[in-house]
Amino acid sequence: MVSRVVSPFIMLFALYVIFHGHYSAGGGFQGGTIMAASLLLMRLAAGREIAQLQFRTILGTPLGSIGVLIYFGTGFMAMLAGGEFLNYGFLPFAGFQAAELRSLGILMVEIGVGLAVMAILVAIYDDLLEGYPHD
Amino acid sequence: MKIINWLLLISFGALLVYASFGLPNRGDADAVMHREKSPAGSQGASSYYIRNAYKDANTPNMVTVILADYRGYDTLGEETVILTAGLICFLILRRKKKNSDDPI
Repeated sequence: MVSRVVSPFIMLFALYVIFHGHYSAGGGFQGGTIMAASLLLMRLAAGREIAQLQFRTILGTPLGSIGVLIYFGTGFMAMLAGGEFLNYGFLPFAGFQAAELRSLGILMVEIGVGLAVMAILVAIYDDLLEGYPHD
Repeated sequence: MKIINWLLLISFGALLVYASFGLPNRGDADAVMHREKSPAGSQGASSYYIRNAYKDANTPNMVTVILADYRGYDTLGEETVILTAGLICFLILRRKKKNSDDPI
């Protein structure tokens, strides 16, 4: 009962940690881990069926790959636009200074890292429980 | 045999403690890695980061700038390591549907 109340707030805090990484301690790895903690809390507390409604097991590995692809794509987009790989100053968004583009690139990268970490942690938990009876 | 193990452990620990006395103090400005210039004469990286992190990336958190921008390759590698760990867990631990009745 408590975990059902607490879990959304943990998720909100995870988003805060990811998106506030520019200004305080935090970032993709930490925020993704907190997000995975909230999802795992629902898996432990509410049982398999309800947790599957929230985050399906099949989604784990594809979302992790998408996270890595977001990171790689950000660097590759900068390379296609004329800069070096992962040089966010060359990202092809109009109307930004180079410093602002770097800030934006860092944000995109952090989102990719957070998504990958969250999905992979949940996927590892699901893989460990694979084949065992769920209560 | 057990005594030899303990002796090795204690001597290695003593070696580590002895080596830790050679480390520079925390925040020591005269340590080689914190100097403005390296012994070879090139400009040190750490002072460059501290001076230019906000100017380069418009982000107040210096650690985030170093992690995601200056050291972007490193973070990409870390994320790939995490993905690889997840994929290996998937490949080792997932079982086929038809074998799900086996006890092991």
